Amino acid sequence: MAVELSPVSQIPAEFRVKVDHDRCRRCKRCVLNCSFSAIEFKDKVTPDHRKCVACHRCATFCPESAITIEENPMAYKDNANWTARIRQNTLKQAETGGIILTGMGNPKPYPIIWDHLVIDACQVTNPSIDPLREPMELRTYLGSKPNYLEFENDENGKIKLKTQLAPQIKLDIPVIFAAMSYGAVSHNVHKSLAIAANKMGTLMNTGEGGLHEDLYPYSGRIIVQVASGRFGVHNQYLANSAAVEIKIGQGAKPGIGGHLPGEKVGQEISKTRMIPVGTDALSPAPHHDIYSIEDLSQLIYAIKEATDYKKPVSVKIAAVHNVAAIASGIVRAGADIVTIDGFRGGTGATPAIIRDNVGIPIELALAAVDQRLRDEGIRNQASLICAGSIREAADVAKAIALGADACVIGTAALVSLGCRVCQKCYTGNCAWGIATQRPELTRRLNPDVGSQRLCNLLTAWGHELQEVLGSLGVNSIESLRGSRERLRGVGLDKETLDILGVKPAGVGM
Amino acid sequence: MRCNMRIPSGCAISGLMSESGGRIDGSVVIKSIALMHDRSNGLGGGFAAYGIYPRRSDQYAFHMIFDDAPSKERFEEYLKEHFIIDKDEIIPTRPGGDITNPPLLWRYFLDIEEKKMEFVSDREYVVEKVMEINSKIDGAFVSSSGKNMGAFKGVGYPEDIGNFFKLDEYKGYIWTSHGRFPTNTPGWWGGAHPFSLLDWSIVHNGEISSYGINKRYLEMFGYNLALRTDTEVVAYLFDLLVRRHKLPLELAVKALSAPFWKNIDRMDPQTREVMEAIRMVYGGGLLNGPFSIILGHNRGMVGLNDRIKLRPMTCARKDDMLYMASEESAIREIQPDLDRVWSPKAGEAVIGNLNGEVE
Ligand code: SF4
Ligand code: SF4
Repeated sequence: MAVELSPVSQIPAEFRVKVDHDRCRRCKRCVLNCSFSAIEFKDKVTPDHRKCVACHRCATFCPESAITIEENPMAYKDNANWTARIRQNTLKQAETGGIILTGMGNPKPYPIIWDHLVIDACQVTNPSIDPLREPMELRTYLGSKPNYLEFENDENGKIKLKTQLAPQIKLDIPVIFAAMSYGAVSHNVHKSLAIAANKMGTLMNTGEGGLHEDLYPYSGRIIVQVASGRFGVHNQYLANSAAVEIKIGQGAKPGIGGHLPGEKVGQEISKTRMIPVGTDALSPAPHHDIYSIEDLSQLIYAIKEATDYKKPVSVKIAAVHNVAAIASGIVRAGADIVTIDGFRGGTGATPAIIRDNVGIPIELALAAVDQRLRDEGIRNQASLICAGSIREAADVAKAIALGADACVIGTAALVSLGCRVCQKCYTGNCAWGIATQRPELTRRLNPDVGSQRLCNLLTAWGHELQEVLGSLGVNSIESLRGSRERLRGVGLDKETLDILGVKPAGVGM
Repeated sequence: MRCNMRIPSGCAISGLMSESGGRIDGSVVIKSIALMHDRSNGLGGGFAAYGIYPRRSDQYAFHMIFDDAPSKERFEEYLKEHFIIDKDEIIPTRPGGDITNPPLLWRYFLDIEEKKMEFVSDREYVVEKVMEINSKIDGAFVSSSGKNMGAFKGVGYPEDIGNFFKLDEYKGYIWTSHGRFPTNTPGWWGGAHPFSLLDWSIVHNGEISSYGINKRYLEMFGYNLALRTDTEVVAYLFDLLVRRHKLPLELAVKALSAPFWKNIDRMDPQTREVMEAIRMVYGGGLLNGPFSIILGHNRGMVGLNDRIKLRPMTCARKDDMLYMASEESAIREIQPDLDRVWSPKAGEAVIGNLNGEVE
């Protein structure tokens, strides 16, 4: 027999919204901006603290700066074991009986290895190079490369290339936009990403939601994804891409499939995904035709056939402890690119238990994979892309030094578009028009403005990467790629340093 | 009295070659490198000489450095297992100079049994063994392993090392030399330049800032980098690219000191395709950082600068002679009357080729 619960929730508010009524001139902009209905107007601006998710939208748009948002200081009695989060989640489950859903990345205080790695610099004998005066090259090519090249002379005795290279994608900056599906994010987000990728000479990734026709003009800069649900996968989709990515796993939810609730499947999404309006889009964890590496190889080659062997095929997996062996198998199965996604990666919606506890840090996974592929002499055969909470250009530099060819940014890109990492993406109410399909909200993101913000972010990171190269006394990104000698660890234990292949700070060459 | 002191720094290299194969004695190159005395600090000097063993030109000549007698014994046991030792002798030295505490210096002239080369070429076989000796036999170090050539090196100023090894008594058609000002690696006999493998020898003025990735790149192809110095990678990269991957020398130098993308973008389509492919495939071998190097090998000598010329290099020609050095004065010192003197552009290799046979 079901027991009626009290209509009053026991879950205390996480935040408090404070309104300075002396400053407020009652323009109601905050009310209009709050997509979580946390602010009402009853004679005056009246917050419902329990509904606030700290998305900052109201505070950002208040012309009088009359709003401040604080963590609720009275919420829980201090306890290092029964943390506020655990108690809050217990209360939530006691009230709902369900899995706790969440969005964006893992917030737990696991050590962030990036922040324990420092980059070397030149002094005296190997002079640094000034990027303002000398060329600094960030150009990178993604794709399978042979171990060596063969040349021949043409009829005039001039040297020409004999080896036929596998398809390559040129990146002007080794930072690409993560797979975020149309459905999980709004059309305007996709458009912003596509325009920016095109302008900056990099790539965006459709995620598993298909490619809206509006984006076909940017196809040379788009990775299209083939996930287990095969949503929106058709010949034209494959044709309108720079590369095709088979998604096996995702860092934020290894071993977990995707679920786009039916409410979000409107007319356009239904058309793009090729599913009826209003139906749930379920992408199961496994591809139901892939239960072995041989099956994966078949799909890789099926895609290569379908695209005339003209596009690199990438395989994306989540970082797990056996990732090195898995990556080696994937390369041997014919993938041109392997993308590894660490457990700090973002997501639209996932059970919190998976996001926060399953998978391993990307730093260790990346280092292990790069070393394994080198030990097996197959590192050239595939490009390695590193994903999963790349927060700043320094993370990119460190990832490349550990062995990545390029990095993927998802959350960072969204933050540049306005995302405040409030982790409520799964509600579909994103106040910034990012993780939502509500038209009145998606309108909040103008793709021209959005793309410019993304371009600015990448331009800034590009300059910063050039500064790092210059300080290392090298003028080309390939001299940083895999150059672990130029990293040193601070406060890392020996085992971690061994896996990273990095010496502790204070040790010379 | 106060005076303006110049702070000397930065290593010296000098090389000369007779393209027609004429052999010259070692006193000439000693004179050249000695002029740049202040560019060294006494912690290393060395020479590579080609054509010095004409009567044993078919045999691999191993120049060895041993810490002590037991390491020599260990090495010889190993050697007997893998090579036929035709002759071995102490490397003659002239005691009484400034060189103190030399290690045991010995050379071996070696043949390889037919059946050992069933599955690998003789050169591949030698490379494998050199890697093994340097990494596994404690106290034994191969200083050179080519045919009809040898490296002579040690801790001291280069002119003292040349004198110590009696190089004036040898004749060669290529001589390269090095005076060392080490900063990031210890001064030890094995660590002096040239670095050599088979007949490849490298003298190097500068630093390889990309050492970390160059090392990992080479390790992927089975090279073992045990010598605690960045120059080692250069010798092995030439071995990998030219001997094993069969890249023409002109293209190998492009892989190591690659043109900038902005220049590649302007090349004619065929050349652009070649250069793009080289950068894509051999990115791990790109040498980045300040360097000028002289590569010696049995058929010639190559001078190469880094991509933005952070280290000096001057070249000159006189008749059949090609000269390269860190300073023009080091060339003028041995040949004041030159046909042509020039400073090669950044990243542009100067290649000297042996036209005929060695005298
Ligand atoms: S936006 Fe600011 S000024 Fe306007 S009603 Fe809200 S609190 Fe008052
Ligand atoms: S995308 Fe929107 S809902 Fe998701 S975390 Fe960012 S601001 Fe919050």
